[in-house]
Amino acid sequence: MADLSIDFAGIKSPNPFWLASAPPTNTGDQVMRAFDAGWGGAVWKTLGNPIVNVSSRFGGIDYGNTRMMGLNNIELITDRPLEVNLREIREVKRRYPNHAVITSLMVETKEEWKEIIQRAEEAGSDGHELNFGCPHGMCERGMGSAVSSEPKVLREIARWAVEFATKPVIVKLSPNVTDIVEPGEAVLESGAHGISLINTIKSIMAIDLDRMVPLPRVGNASTNGGYCGPAVKPVALHMVGELTRHPYVAKLPISGIGGISNWRDAAEFIALGCTSVQVCTAVMHYGYRIVEDMIEGLNDFLDSKGMKSILDLRGRAAPQYKNWGELDLGYRVVADISTDKCIGCQLCYVACMDGAHQCIHLPGRTEEQARKAGHTHIPKLIPDRAVTARGGAPGARVPFVDDDECIGCNLCQLVCPVSGCITMKEVPSGKPNESWNDRVQRGADFVPGGLHVTEVERAKR
Amino acid sequence: MTHHSPHIPDVEGDRLEVLYEDKKPPYEDAEAIAEANRCLYCVDAPCIKACPTAIDIPTFIRKIGTGNVKGAARTILSQNLLGKSCGQVCPVEVLCAGACVYNDWHRDPIKIGRLQRYAVEKALAEDPQIFKPKAPTGKRIALVGAGPASIAAAGWLALEGHEAAIYEKKLLPGGLNTLGIAPYKMKVEDALQEITWVLSLGNVELFQGVEIVPVSGSPEEVSASALLRQYDAVFLGLGLGPDSRLKIPGEDGGGVVGATHLIERLKADPTLRFKGVDRVIVVGGGNTAVDVAHELALLGIDATMLYRGGEEDLSAYEHELASGRVDGMKVLCERSPVAVLRDNMGKVTGMRVIRTEDKKPVAGTEEDLRADLVVVAVGQSRMTEVARSFPGVELDMRGRVIVDPKTYRTGNPKVWSAGDCVNGGKEVVNAVGEAKIAVTSMHAYLMGVGA
Ligand SMILES: Cc1cc2nc3c(=O)[nH]c(=O)nc-3n(C[C@H](O)[C@H](O)[C@H](O)COP(=O)(O)OP(=O)(O)OC[C@H]3O[C@@H](n4cnc5c(N)ncnc54)[C@H](O)[C@@H]3O)c2cc1C
Ligand SMILES: Cc1cc2nc3c(=O)[nH]c(=O)nc-3n(C[C@H](O)[C@H](O)[C@H](O)COP(=O)(O)O)c2cc1C
Ligand code: SF4
Ligand code: SF4
Ligand code: SF4
Repeated sequence: MADLSIDFAGIKSPNPFWLASAPPTNTGDQVMRAFDAGWGGAVWKTLGNPIVNVSSRFGGIDYGNTRMMGLNNIELITDRPLEVNLREIREVKRRYPNHAVITSLMVETKEEWKEIIQRAEEAGSDGHELNFGCPHGMCERGMGSAVSSEPKVLREIARWAVEFATKPVIVKLSPNVTDIVEPGEAVLESGAHGISLINTIKSIMAIDLDRMVPLPRVGNASTNGGYCGPAVKPVALHMVGELTRHPYVAKLPISGIGGISNWRDAAEFIALGCTSVQVCTAVMHYGYRIVEDMIEGLNDFLDSKGMKSILDLRGRAAPQYKNWGELDLGYRVVADISTDKCIGCQLCYVACMDGAHQCIHLPGRTEEQARKAGHTHIPKLIPDRAVTARGGAPGARVPFVDDDECIGCNLCQLVCPVSGCITMKEVPSGKPNESWNDRVQRGADFVPGGLHVTEVERAKR
Repeated sequence: MTHHSPHIPDVEGDRLEVLYEDKKPPYEDAEAIAEANRCLYCVDAPCIKACPTAIDIPTFIRKIGTGNVKGAARTILSQNLLGKSCGQVCPVEVLCAGACVYNDWHRDPIKIGRLQRYAVEKALAEDPQIFKPKAPTGKRIALVGAGPASIAAAGWLALEGHEAAIYEKKLLPGGLNTLGIAPYKMKVEDALQEITWVLSLGNVELFQGVEIVPVSGSPEEVSASALLRQYDAVFLGLGLGPDSRLKIPGEDGGGVVGATHLIERLKADPTLRFKGVDRVIVVGGGNTAVDVAHELALLGIDATMLYRGGEEDLSAYEHELASGRVDGMKVLCERSPVAVLRDNMGKVTGMRVIRTEDKKPVAGTEEDLRADLVVVAVGQSRMTEVARSFPGVELDMRGRVIVDPKTYRTGNPKVWSAGDCVNGGKEVVNAVGEAKIAVTSMHAYLMGVGA
């Protein structure tokens, strides 16, 4: 049994799984049910001066059979009276002293920040998360994501918070910025104790083509909302990665948010440098119960890797996140199609033909047929390989890869419906281990065939 | 404390059962993940309610989908220690999968059984140490019979830290799970492998070839009273007795055989061959009759089920009848056996049958059917004598052991019972589910809680 407990800038939690500030943390009853289900902490639905919410307010994006691969919302911060929220926070802390309760906050003036921080601390909050990320409604009022995109303002407000607070201050960042490093550095300069990211991404979810109104629809109009859920995980990972490889910002503990739905997602954020992870959409979709798999899966994963605690996993993948110019140009993989797993759908074939490098061939064809189909390079041997997988139709063929021509782009592996059927095998490329930066350094960064050709031609004229 | 690691004998090769192909072969990783991701992860899921062991099906399926296969196995096995067998042999069409919400939507229900088998097999192959037994309690429990009921009970008792000793009269443990299940669902080796795992969970001893009897007369026999004397509690997992008989002329002698007896030989007896047997009549309309007829048909033998009621009265599962028919098995309804016909050498040549209406014979409608072998699948007798030899244990009119349905405790405060001998013959999963209730109650008694 690995030790899943964490210490996030002094905030202790029995495990790294926190509920993100959102509908699942609206009320004390919910948070207590969540703790019973196994969640280690909760960031309370953002407190501030109560607002008025619209109806409807969520939009979902489906992909194939998957419902809600992405979600967006135009909800604002809490619409419940502050007193009620604070009373419930006090009650939760009294009953669950060892769980982390973090108050998410968003107000306008310095006085308001001072007051709300003090009130939250009196209620027993273990720390504060400054909501500088809400991308709709609040930013128009100069709050939320408007703050994340103004590093100076961010630094100033965060400084107030650090000054007023006796508990750790976490700054929650918006992804709606050109370079996440700027607000990240501003957090560091403010003296805040931690960072969480991402909040939601500005988005328009869909258009109702009958009414010609974007979704989610409020009467006869809509507005841009915040995008979250599994679809945003790659964006979130990238932004976390930018901060965890920053020489100074990375010293702050980071709470990863965005599309985390299971233990594997969580492990990835932690491997990239996060200390805790926060979840919203997956809970909105399936309920608090998903945490059982998250705890068990992460624990078994750590055990299987011989890791004793979250600290052993934290940041393991961060050093391998590099700039393009540092990658090895000499490394080479080629696709390898398993004859016993292939079901003969030929999706890899068409993807490679039209979307890549025409190096996957159908067996049993003559050279003439292959040329007619569009192949310009014909492999020496065109084998005859019938599908043997249980799922395959009798007589269907297993495509094959022209190894010499395959550029190892991965596309076929990505489209193949049978996971594990196409693998990318490492092959010697005959080239030295060398990155683009190395080439630049030794002045060998010239690749013929570019604009200089025109220049040379011009000079001749 | 000594830990006996029971040695289960190997079954010899070349048995007829090895000729059968798996009707529901194990999933490969990609197949399992694709199927798992189809599950909606329902709340208050109907599939859970339809499982007699109440496995948290949506949770285990979701865990397969996230790659947490060990966790999936833990979810399954904590409710059902024989989760692997059950995944293979449960009539999922009328249990979990039959209740899946996809049915009402006219889509294929989730293949819960196959996912279950996948998770357990894969997880145990990678790491059999999913559970750890609690500290020894010093309590000793005897279990009579080594069928699914006793095996599951012994496993759970061992996990609680008790010592379990199983007495089985046959040489192979597992009861009908090992020796009765149709070979295209599960082979003997599979059943034995699972038993070996369950018995390794803690302190379990297995005595094979030892029968519990009212009064012991040989070293292979142990008396009921000796068990009650030597152990802190007793679990009766007796199952049902030998095949019932037709009681018609010509029945005695070669060429007429009980259904479960024949299946047992098919599965475990390397000497069984069907030389010169071209046509078989299987008498009965239940699942055992379908199983035998189906198994024989798959061997290329002309097998006909003979049943005295109408098609709609057949008690066998529809999905089993349908799949048997696909493989060539025939069903002849509204016929009742009158006599087994033999030639002057005594060899079976056929059967005289009579037409029936509302299961009653219609006079003057006899006809003779050809057959080289008659299989009798009209039920099994009850193990009343052994059960009665435990003072206080009572039986109902149909010879079933009477238990308190909340605790599965019998009239003897030291004796619990579950499985076919209590329910009159259901499924493996029922035996496991009942055994779990019995163990919970027995454990509370042994630990002095609520006794
Ligand atoms: C032909 C057939 C096919 C079946 N197919 C399926 C199926 O596909 N799926 C399914 O779920 N269920 C199936 N079943 C039902 C299932 O096998 C039983 O419900 C289950 O095995 C009951 O378990 P049990 O432990 O109560 O009894 P059993 O499996 O009958 O085990 C009882 C054990 O006790 C032993 N025993 C009895 N008396 C004594 C004694 N005095 N001393 C020592 N040992 C003793 C017996 O030898 C036996 O090993 C089938 C049953 C039959 C007959
Ligand atoms: C309906 C809804 C309301 C939200 N409200 C808040 C909020 O009040 N404060 C906040 O900081 N983030 C809020 N968020 C953003 C989430 O906390 C989280 O950052 C985001 O949803 C990404 O995580 P996910 O992909 O797990 O959902 C909200 C998200 C949703 C979907
Ligand atoms: S996509 Fe995969 S399954 Fe389909 S033909 Fe290619 S290798 Fe075979
Ligand atoms: S034990 Fe049987 S009924 Fe229960 S879920 Fe598994 S396969 Fe279905
Ligand atoms: S009813 Fe079907 S879809 Fe729903 S949880 Fe059960 S198996 Fe999954």
